[in-house]
This record gives sequence, structure tokens and C-alpha cells, in this order.
Amino acid sequence: MPVIKVDGQEYEVPAGGNLLETCLEQGLDLPYFCWHPAMGSIGACRQCAVVQYQNEEDTRGRIVMACMTPVSDGAIFDLSGDRAAGFRRTVVESLMVDHPHDCPVCAEGGECHLQDMTVMTGHRDRHYRGTKKTYRNQYLGPLIHHEMNRCITCYRCTRYYRDYAGGTDLSAQAAHDHVYFGRHKEGTLESPFAGNLVEVCPTGVFTDKSLVHDYTRKWDLQSAPSVCTGCGVGCNTLPGERYGRLKRIHNRYHAEVNGYFLCDRGRFGGNHVNRAERIDFPARRDADGRFQALTDQALGELLTELCAGKRLAAIGSPRAGVEANLLLQTLVGPERFASGMDDTEHALVDRALRHLVNSGAHNPSLRDIESADSVLVLGEDLTHTAARTALALRQSVRNEAYTLAAELKLSPWQDAAVRNLAQDRRSPLHVVCAGSTDLDDIAAGHYRLVADDQARLAAAIATAIADSQTGDAAAQRIAADLLAAERPLIISGTGAGSAALIDGAAAIAEALVARGKAAMLSFTAPECNSLGQALLCRDSHTSLAALAQSDADVLIILENDLLQRLAAEEIDQLRQRIPTWIGIDSLENDTLARCDLILPAAAFTETEATYISQEGRAQRAFPVHPPAQARRPGWRWVVELAAAVDHPDLAGIHHFDDIAAALAVDDPVLQGAAAAAPDHAFRSRGLKIPRQPHRYSGRTAMGADVSVHEPRQSDDADSALAYTMEGAASTDRPGALLSYVWSPGWNSNQSLHKFQSDIGGALRGGSAGQRLLDGLSLAKLPPAPAPSAFGRRDQQWLLQTHHHLFGSDELSRLSDGIAELCGRAALYLHPEDAGRLGLEQGDGAEVAGQALEVRLDASQVPGSAGFSTGYPETLALRAGHWVEIGVAAHWQRAPELIGSDREATA
Amino acid sequence: MLRSLISQLRTLGTVLQHSFTRAETVEYPEEKPYLAPRYRGRIVLTRDPDGDERCVACNLCAVACPVDCIALQQGVREDGRWYPEFFRINFSRCIMCGMCEEACPTAAIQLTPDFEMCEYDRQSMVYEKEHLLIDGTGKYHDYNFYRVSGLKIFGKDKGEALNEEPPVDVRSLLP
Repeated sequence: MPVIKVDGQEYEVPAGGNLLETCLEQGLDLPYFCWHPAMGSIGACRQCAVVQYQNEEDTRGRIVMACMTPVSDGAIFDLSGDRAAGFRRTVVESLMVDHPHDCPVCAEGGECHLQDMTVMTGHRDRHYRGTKKTYRNQYLGPLIHHEMNRCITCYRCTRYYRDYAGGTDLSAQAAHDHVYFGRHKEGTLESPFAGNLVEVCPTGVFTDKSLVHDYTRKWDLQSAPSVCTGCGVGCNTLPGERYGRLKRIHNRYHAEVNGYFLCDRGRFGGNHVNRAERIDFPARRDADGRFQALTDQALGELLTELCAGKRLAAIGSPRAGVEANLLLQTLVGPERFASGMDDTEHALVDRALRHLVNSGAHNPSLRDIESADSVLVLGEDLTHTAARTALALRQSVRNEAYTLAAELKLSPWQDAAVRNLAQDRRSPLHVVCAGSTDLDDIAAGHYRLVADDQARLAAAIATAIADSQTGDAAAQRIAADLLAAERPLIISGTGAGSAALIDGAAAIAEALVARGKAAMLSFTAPECNSLGQALLCRDSHTSLAALAQSDADVLIILENDLLQRLAAEEIDQLRQRIPTWIGIDSLENDTLARCDLILPAAAFTETEATYISQEGRAQRAFPVHPPAQARRPGWRWVVELAAAVDHPDLAGIHHFDDIAAALAVDDPVLQGAAAAAPDHAFRSRGLKIPRQPHRYSGRTAMGADVSVHEPRQSDDADSALAYTMEGAASTDRPGALLSYVWSPGWNSNQSLHKFQSDIGGALRGGSAGQRLLDGLSLAKLPPAPAPSAFGRRDQQWLLQTHHHLFGSDELSRLSDGIAELCGRAALYLHPEDAGRLGLEQGDGAEVAGQALEVRLDASQVPGSAGFSTGYPETLALRAGHWVEIGVAAHWQRAPELIGSDREATA
Repeated sequence: MLRSLISQLRTLGTVLQHSFTRAETVEYPEEKPYLAPRYRGRIVLTRDPDGDERCVACNLCAVACPVDCIALQQGVREDGRWYPEFFRINFSRCIMCGMCEEACPTAAIQLTPDFEMCEYDRQSMVYEKEHLLIDGTGKYHDYNFYRVSGLKIFGKDKGEALNEEPPVDVRSLLP
């Protein structure tokens, strides 16, 4: 390892890095703006200047930018001397010349990298007495607020938005000192990863719009490590709460999973927990159908009356944690417990799970996915079904550029040079999907086929890999690209709704493994704990159809709106079979309306739970704040129900950790889930870990409107976190307990490097979560029947799924900003088909009794129709079904939005 | 013995002498002492010279408060101004240290020479915004944060704040 000398002190440092990240890794504070650990260096902001000396005799030295300077053995630097520090102070002063004096009304204030760096360089008084330049802001959609006056032109936003995330509609405009970062005209930012601008921008140009309108400073937010419940990827998040309301969600770094970035569903899709439709009290339905709130005592008596001595059945939930589902399964017995997914979806997830375990290919983390040098996506529009994976794929296609750079001995962090060198050369990515996808712009090939034909193509590719002479041109080409790679990756999933496709993906991976390739195989899962449900029911799965035939008297439904999964008739049938329903959920829905007793569940921000991601990684989410009113975590309600029926196995459960201790004894999967985070007895330096930063304000006034006598702070007996500012918030606390990031002098999220073992590496306290599938053995399933080739029909259309990042998820679509972006449920038709039906763009089409908006899409396979999944209008539609399409009567075309309708850009 | 006696007498003499000097204390509450305008007593929220709320709900007072007795929530008015939806001071905790006033970037929160805040009921020591907000500018008559800050509000466009140029035309490439 090279030895460098900084300020007279010698450091042994890793080779190949630049001086800036090396200094940060050594714990030295060196200011910077444009460098970002995930995006490398471009040397634009001139803030990380240091003086470099030729040798010991050199007394003059020269100023160099640390981020552009590779470390080499024997190099001598001066970081804190007058010349370097003075230069940096001048740079910050020039950046601050036009700064608009609005920190008090800026949503970045208190976690602003510009504030931190200004203080760090020592700049205080503005010498410039001239006027400040100003800009007009743009309306950038309901999620992001724009305040251009605060810009310091570091170019991080466009580098992130265009180069890293592949967006096209945000750019640097104008010239010289008028450079402007925005869209060519006002409008919603198109990239589904635009929300990361909030964290990427070192100052307050891009801020979280919902936070701006209900603002709380970072130091006043109570936060706890959480896991995104938006899809199956399992990104780590940091929700922040104040006054019982979720204020915002920030990224929580995990080296193997989401790294530095989230998708917009994850970032903005959580504030459904603030809705007025939240259930606050247990209630029973009267004879006249109205719900009456119950006292604790009345509830206890009612539970005994309803459940004692009865045969219980239950429907679990793929959006509830492992623990609540496990308790429920134990309470009613596996033969009367359904996973909560509909039977088709359960079968798909179960099939994917078994392939992950048995294929012999590596089951990759997102970081592994970024390292793939040839990728095949089968049947998934990943940007909409597992968005963070799509962002990882955008990095994987750059491996070609890094290979080229390595030949020229260019370091990968030389961002501009590497991009210039590679131009449009990318590692091959092939996308097979029912229509166009948001990854087509970087794909070497895209193939638009209906799900059955996708499965046939997959089988052909597998054969072509085994024997390169067979198969058609497409299969041959894909097979050749996969075989030429060192780390080929196959991604498929449940999104297309085809079991044969999942088999096909696994067959390709197996064929690659058989050819000696280090292949990777990954499947997307529909919800945050779908894989957990498949694992929980891996030995004894009861289908919903079987449940409808059971002899149960009482049905317990855990956090599950059955209308999202079943047709209304099927639900009515179930209702007739099982007379009494108990519903546990957090938001009003149609399933709760059918229940006889409803129990208010804590939302994801109020409960501890373990979710198992699509990768088979068990990750723990902790409550950010105690549940208000009579809400309780789902698992607590199940314990209450168990007490009402005197269930012997569940009698000793009082705390969260008791669940694993009582029930996970001889199950390796459940033991792994229990080990996802340190238990409640964990202490850091003998203390609990605080959820509130040490500057948390107002605690003697927050509740003073109710009573001036301050209540004791809530005690968290279930975890090692505390609902206070007291405790040990060290930078080496376990990743699973990382409640916020802050370090002296580093108030912004850039303080993260203090928590990392090395830049971009694992957290010092250890990564969060536990991978469960490595070493697990599960029986293989018989292959799904091979589908026949698609042939179009005369008067019928084959339905194909069309997922929407904003809209297809049950809960995130209820969040304010996202609700605005969901739009109407659409039917995607090939223009030729639409012409035959006499439909145009924006017209209404009637499918199975529902009116859907027609969107013309030339990438749609003629004879097939894509439908927006997960919208209330399309819940009855199923992929792979043939439907007739008519013209909807009384259809109102959506009004054209004009500029003046939009909110002022202030 | 003699030395002790003299000491006693001298003490008596000194005490007697003080009976004829002018008193430094006053007969409070009948007589009230003069308190300088910068005396640190009851806290108020002031208005800017235009008569609008000065507080922009930046939370700096709350975080500066050593006893954490200030709590507020920001809101955004239709005209673009930030304001406190509620602003609460628990005076039963307040130690009148004046840190909030020092921290305030808009001169909104000010301490006044009023210290007579006795209550029989401790709950009455909790002041909400309507109790705190006064009609005047307090000690600082001229400062108006929004006239200096670059934030656009109704009636003050971009480029109209202190020392600002008109907004840049991003379509122009002229120097």
C-alpha cells in the first residue's frame, strides 16, 4: 500500500483511490462539492484544493484538486496550511456571492452541505458589495421543489440525473455565470429516480416538496431504520417523524442493497400513513352496519366471545412482516393459513424462490447486479416493478466503459474521462418484455413479445447456450452475449404473471452454469415480504380456494385488502362460508368494511417487523414513533387473539424478540430473520441508541398544549432503540440500528463517510440484514407446461400487465404527491388494433365492464392489450386472459392541463 | 477581649450608618423599577414594518433553547411566505436566557422588560401564538427579512430583494 504524507504525517492508504476520498477515509475533513462517492470526480467546483510538493526539498508546491489527484507512494500534501486553506476559503466566498440569504426559509437548512463547507473553510464575511444574480424557478412536478437562486453550479444534479440515472429532461442551460439547471420548459421531472436530487444537491435547489409544505428541520426529526415497503427490492430507508406525522423518507445507506439512492415510490410513497382514513380504535359492526368503537374491556370480552372454542382461519399479508404472519400461522395452524397472495401470485413467487435456491447460479444483491457485464431481462419492466434494480442495471452497462478505461490505466473515478472514452459503448443488455420498457434506451436489443412467447424465447436461449447452433437469430444473439460475459445476469420475476417464463429464466441460468459461467439469477417479487410469505408457507401452503372450502368459523385477515387480489364474487363466497371476519389493518378499505370486528394496525412507521426481500435478505424495520391512539402492531393484535383463545404456544410472548425465541427454534429461515438486527438487549457503550438527534428541540413544549406536565418519554422495550435523544449515537453502531447520520461539522447526509469503513464500502458497525437463501434446500417443482405460440384472435385481445411505478402499488398510490402522478388506469393498444376498434388516444375503452383510457403504443404486440395493474378499475383483469374490448359509453376525456392550472412556482 | 469589643462596636456603628443612606431597593410592587428595553423578560413575537408576521418558522429559536421550551410547526402561506402554524412557549420552563432572540434571523422573537408572569395554574404559563404575537416591530423597527431574502413572495418577485439583479434570461447567450 502506498504511503502518503499529509500535513507532515504519514498515512498508509489503499492504492488506486483519489486523494479526496483517501483523506475522508483517514478521517481528515476536506471540503468538497462536486465529488460524489457514487459518481466519481470531475474537478468542477475547485473546493477540495490542497498543495502538493514534488519532494521534501520543494517548498513552493502547487495547488491541485484532491479529487483529481491519484494517491501515489511518497506523495507529499499540505491540507491545512495557509495557502491551501486560503484558496478554499476564497472558492467558497465566490460561490456564496450570489447566495440568496434565505437559509431560514430553505428546506435544506440544518442539513446543508454548503452550510457545512462554508463553516468548515472558515468563510464568514462577504467582501463583495455588488448585486446578486437571480433566477426564476420552474414547476418540476408534485414531488420536487425548485429554488434555483441557491445553486452553486457544482453540476452534481445533471451528472446524477443524466449520467447516473439516465434521465434526459434536466440539463444545464444558458452560459457563463448564468448557468441554469432545469427543464427545457416547466413540467414534472420524468425520471423515476428524480427524488434523489434532494439528497444529491449539496444545497437547497432541489428539495422535497411535501416536506417544504409541512417542514421540520433534520435535527427535529425522530427517525429509525426502516425498510421500504413499496416493492420487493427491500431498500433501506430512514423515515423522519415529528408531531406524530411522517415528514419525509431519506435513503439509508446499505452497501449491498440500495447504496446511496432510492426510487421515487420509495421516497415519496410513505405519507399514506398520515391520511385521515387511518383506523384509530377497535370497532365492531352493529346490526345496522355501522362501526362502534370499543373500549379495552369490551374488546377483550368480544374477542373471547368471537374466538374462544372456535375454528380459526387466517389470511396473512405479503406487506406485513414475518413475525405477524408467523404468529398468525401458529395461531390458526398451517392448514388454515393462507399467505395472503392470490393463488396464482403465490405459485409464481414460490416457483421463483425454488429456482433461486436450486439453479446453481448466484443470487445477486443489487451491488452484484451493478457488476454484471451482460444482462438479460425477461418479462419485466423493471423501472416499474423493481425500480432500484433498473437503476443498478443502468450502472451495470457501464462495465464496458470501465474495462476500456482499465486498458488505458484510467481510474474508474475519473468520471468525465471514462465517459468520454466509452461514448455509447455499453455492456450488452437485452430486454424481453410485452411492450417498450424504460430501459430500452440503454438496451443492446429489445424484444416485444407476449408472456407466452417470452417464455418460448427463454427456452430457445437456454437451448442455444447449451448448443450454439440452434434457435433463431434473437436467441442466438442473446446467448452469444451471455456466453461472452464473465458475470452474466438473468432477471425475471412475477411481473408478467407467467410460470413458464420463470422456468425459462432459470433454465438459461442453469445452462450458463453448465457452461462454466459465474451466472447470476434474480427474480423480482411483487411486495416487500412476498418472498417471506413463500418461505413461511414453503412446506404447507393453503390456497385461498382451499380456505374457502374449510370448516372454519372465524376468519382473521391481517393487513390485506382482499379486493386487490380477488374478485368481489370470490370474496362474497368466502364471506358466506366463514361467518365471522376479524380485520387488522391501518387504512380504511373495502375488506375492512366487510369485517365484523376491525382492529387498528400500526403502519410501517409504527411497528417493528422483518421483511424478506426478493434477494432473500431479511431486514428489520423499526418503529419511528410509538403508535398513536389504540393502534397496535399487527403482531400484537395476533398475540391478543391468541390470549383470547388461550393458545398454549403463544402464551409467553410479550415482546418482539419473544416471537423468535418461542417459534423459530428449529427453522433456519426464521432464525435468520430473527438475526436480521441486534435484539432488544443490545447496547452500544452500555446505552440504548437514540432515535432523536442530540439537538432535538421543543420537548418541554411539544405536548404542553394538552398538559404542561410533561409525560415520560415512551419506553421501547422491544428494541435497542430509544424514543429519546439520550444514548450512544456512535458512528460504529450496527447498520441495522442506524437511526440517523450526523457527525460533528457534517450535518448533511454527506456525513455518511464517517460511518463507512471505506468510501462506498460497508458500514463500520456491519451491514444490516441477513441473507437467508444461501445454503437453504427446497424441493424443485415440476416444470410449468410449455406454452404455445401466440396467435391473435379476431374479436379478442390477450391481456398483458403494464406496471406503473406510480399507481400499481396499493398504498403508495394513496400518498399525496404520487396520487397526483397516477393518472387514470389505461389500456395500451397497438395503433392498428385501436384503429380496428375505432378508438383513439385518450378515448375510453370498455373491458370487462370497466372503462379504461386508451393509450396508443406502437410497441404493444398486435392482438394483445396492456392494462395498468393495481388500479381500482383494473383489479378484476388478469394477465393472460382473453377479453373483448368495446367503446366505453359516457366517457369523459381527461382535460388537457395547461400551464396556469399548475401551482405557482414559488 | 478589648479588641473583640471594639470590633462589635464598629459593626454596630456601620449598621447604624446604613440606616441613613439612600435605599437601593424599591417598594415593589407599589413602586416599579426602570428596566432597560433590552431586559430579558416575557417573550413576544413581533411583526415586520409592513405589519406581517416576522416569524418564518425556521426553528432556530427552538433549537437554541437550552430548556427546549419552544415548539412550532412551519406552514406555507398562499403568498409563499413561511409562517408558524402554531408557536408555543412553555414559560413554566423558560429561563429567560435570551438565546432564542440571539438565534432569530428575522428579529421576530424578542424579549421584553415584562417579567410579571405569575399564575396560580401552571397550565396558564403555556403561551400559544395568539398570546405571543404583538402588533408592533418591538425593538428592531426597520428589519424586514423578506425584503432581503431571495425567496419570491406575493408582491415581491425574483430580483426585487435587496441588492438583487433582475432574473437571468436563460435563453440568452450574451455576456
